[in-house]
Amino acid sequence: MAIIIYNQPLKDDLFLMKIKGEFKGKMGQFYMVKIRGLDPLLPRPISIYDIDEEGISFLYRKIGRGTGEMSYLREGDLIDLEGPYGNGFPEVEGKIALVGGGIGTAPFYLTYKYLTKKGCSCDLFCGFRKHNDAENLFKQLDGNCKISVDGFITDLVNPEEYDFVFSCGPEIMMKVLDEKCKKTSTIHYVSMEKRMACGVGACLVCTCKTSKGNKRTCKDGPVFLAEEVFYE
Amino acid sequence: MNKLQVDFCGKKLKNPVVMASGTFGFGKEYGEIYDISKLGGISGKGLTINPKAGNDGIRVWETKAGMINSVGLENPGVDAFLKNDWDFMKRSGTQPIINVGGSSIETYKEACIKLNNAGVDFIELNISCPNVKEGGMAFGIIPKMAYEIVSQIRPLVDGILMVKLSPNATNIVEVAKACEDAGADAVSLVNTFKALAIDIKSKKAVFNNIYAGLSGPCIMPIALRMVHEVSKAIKIPVMGMGGICTWEDAIMFLMAGAKAVQIGTLNFTDTKAGLKIIKGLEDYVEKENLNHISDVIGII
Repeated sequence: MAIIIYNQPLKDDLFLMKIKGEFKGKMGQFYMVKIRGLDPLLPRPISIYDIDEEGISFLYRKIGRGTGEMSYLREGDLIDLEGPYGNGFPEVEGKIALVGGGIGTAPFYLTYKYLTKKGCSCDLFCGFRKHNDAENLFKQLDGNCKISVDGFITDLVNPEEYDFVFSCGPEIMMKVLDEKCKKTSTIHYVSMEKRMACGVGACLVCTCKTSKGNKRTCKDGPVFLAEEVFYE
Repeated sequence: MNKLQVDFCGKKLKNPVVMASGTFGFGKEYGEIYDISKLGGISGKGLTINPKAGNDGIRVWETKAGMINSVGLENPGVDAFLKNDWDFMKRSGTQPIINVGGSSIETYKEACIKLNNAGVDFIELNISCPNVKEGGMAFGIIPKMAYEIVSQIRPLVDGILMVKLSPNATNIVEVAKACEDAGADAVSLVNTFKALAIDIKSKKAVFNNIYAGLSGPCIMPIALRMVHEVSKAIKIPVMGMGGICTWEDAIMFLMAGAKAVQIGTLNFTDTKAGLKIIKGLEDYVEKENLNHISDVIGII
């Protein structure tokens, strides 16, 4: 049980929720965020957007019942969190492109902060369907952040310039990006999104088919090598 | 004295709180979160003789106060289980129950023989699987088919044979009686309710298989009624389940006649649900000044 510090609307159904407390978590990991009570019944897997001394933040889009209920919460309200879960993005070195589509941009705030602090050179690419206030958050983080609205963010990325590409967003976006990465033999990691129930690897509702057999998105992922996910 | 310890077919369960098949893996993942040896038992992920990849498409859909799942029995198969997970379950400090499914009587038999030979002494037979040879109707829907499969499995199993009943049966009481007549040691009920979800935007059924299994608090009062009816009709012990969300719900299942209960979907809502329900039962026994939890079993 934790207290919400703020839950700020950022236009186009995007919200930034900050929750007070000491939280752990690595880039690309997620928390199971639960509205208190038994309805909605299931927690929602939400990527870590940022962690600081004050608390943990989640950038989320109001898309269904769970995130709809989340969007009504206000400062001082209580919410349940379990985590961090999932493997997160790998610790790599070199030049890295971080490519997010829509709400798939969320994990790249912490990822950018962490990797640049470690000395990596990162370029941030954010694609949105409409203008919103999350754009500013990413621009403040990276002055050179490339933002595409109502276009194809993948057009702006040249994998040849990078040692690694990390992506998160609609599957079609990650797939298109992977075609480009394959041509230049750039190593590409994707963060997959699936409906989840337990979040800990026990229930098998979030199974992701890979070239190495069925994997649990919540426990073995959500980050996979793109070539293992897009193998057919 | 442990006032929650129950004797279930000769097995001493630390308490009557068992984790339901399909919601708890083989216990490893939850074992990273809390001390699972505190549980009464764990019914493992449903096994089939061969590995199963499970269903394509969406596998979970939340409903009002419930969820529908269509995992399709994804599991590693009996051999991989025995190699990788059985040891963990044996050493978990709680009673392991091995849940078995199949697509024909032969595949059920093969799985049970292997498990029995490996020393598995508590099997939960999932008879809600479709019988491929009989047009896909689930084994547990009509009493005659339930009798047929249980009587064929019974001689192959030296340990406890508990049959998990489907609430989709034409008459669940008659199916329970058929299982008892065929030599089952116990029954567990209920499995999920056959349900449908429709996506009105895509104008399609949500699940590739169209129908899937509903669980969660929305089924609880119906499950409770079924546990009550079955408990009154048979002499073998009943393990009750279906939408248990609080320790109060667990008490209700015990009062309705269940000797132990299983916790399923609630594990998703709260990973530590099992522990909280055990604590609730402990407090209840104290507050009500009971000599033992069994004082309330079957009092309704």
